[in-house]
Amino acid sequence: MTYDMKAETISITGHGGDPVEAYLAQPLGAGPYGGVVVIHHMPGYDEGTKEITRRFAAKGYIALMPNLYWREAPGAAPDDAAAAARAQGGVPDERLVGDVQGAADHIQSRPGANGKVGTIGYCSGGRQSFLAACSLPLDAAVACYPGMVVKPPPPAFALNVGPIIHLAKDLRCPLLGLFGEEDQNPSPQDVAVMDKELAQHGKNYEFHSYPGAGHAFFSVDRTAYRPEAAVDGWHRVEAFFGRYLAS
Amino acid sequence: MCTYQTDHLTLSGSGKGAAGWFPLSAATVYFDHPVHAQAEHTLNVDFINPGLGPGARVAVELDPASARALAQAILTALDMASLPSTP
Repeated sequence: MTYDMKAETISITGHGGDPVEAYLAQPLGAGPYGGVVVIHHMPGYDEGTKEITRRFAAKGYIALMPNLYWREAPGAAPDDAAAAARAQGGVPDERLVGDVQGAADHIQSRPGANGKVGTIGYCSGGRQSFLAACSLPLDAAVACYPGMVVKPPPPAFALNVGPIIHLAKDLRCPLLGLFGEEDQNPSPQDVAVMDKELAQHGKNYEFHSYPGAGHAFFSVDRTAYRPEAAVDGWHRVEAFFGRYLAS
Repeated sequence: MCTYQTDHLTLSGSGKGAAGWFPLSAATVYFDHPVHAQAEHTLNVDFINPGLGPGARVAVELDPASARALAQAILTALDMASLPSTP
């Protein structure tokens, strides 16, 4: 079923009470609907991730994507904002968690919300989806090719991100991980470390790694796009959220 | 992969961006996903002036061979400029 929807730019309350721009897509019906916080990739709050946000609304979810670079670059073009955020070392983890909490709270306040909220993120957003799932009382989380969960960043570069595999013990909800076997960040070895760590702590998770796919295989406008992996990945995401978020 | 690798340098000069010429104060150099180039990774340079806002930016995304050729050409041009001029 495809739901009719409304999509718009709004302002939500993020970390520290800051106003943060966000893109909301919501089915037109009365609900009840589950909620999905979409965490954009490192290239930012761009058209591709807005399209993903609308896709979740079309599938019957209240979908909300906060602009994680709003503070660095309010009103800027997504690529300029991403460059500004990169130049400042990226998004601090504490702020990310606060912004996702704000997005989840906003979803819960929407008419038609069923009280369940999950996250999905891509690339750096995959890492941040895992981080949020280890930090907040979410109902489900999807991490697509999350880099820098296991490996530290190169020492020469001043980044606000670091490994967070030690948080695996705190995972609070079911986790779906989607990976490309040809990716180097996360590499298959990194995925094995995540797998082992989550298993060791008895967490509810499922991982799928796609042969012939590398990083960013969901990105339809990039050469990294791999339709077989992306189509199967979307089916798995929809089944996963259907199980844990739908009414 | 998503490298996150970003090198920063301060510099002086001028660049021409979407709103015309502006003074440059810094640059970031990184090998990561491009926004526009059809390649999985490119050598990207943002010539920026953060004091003028995020839009004060001249961006390039180069394939690795082109980036190396450019770097060499820059060094060659600078070396040539430092030679005594000949009639």
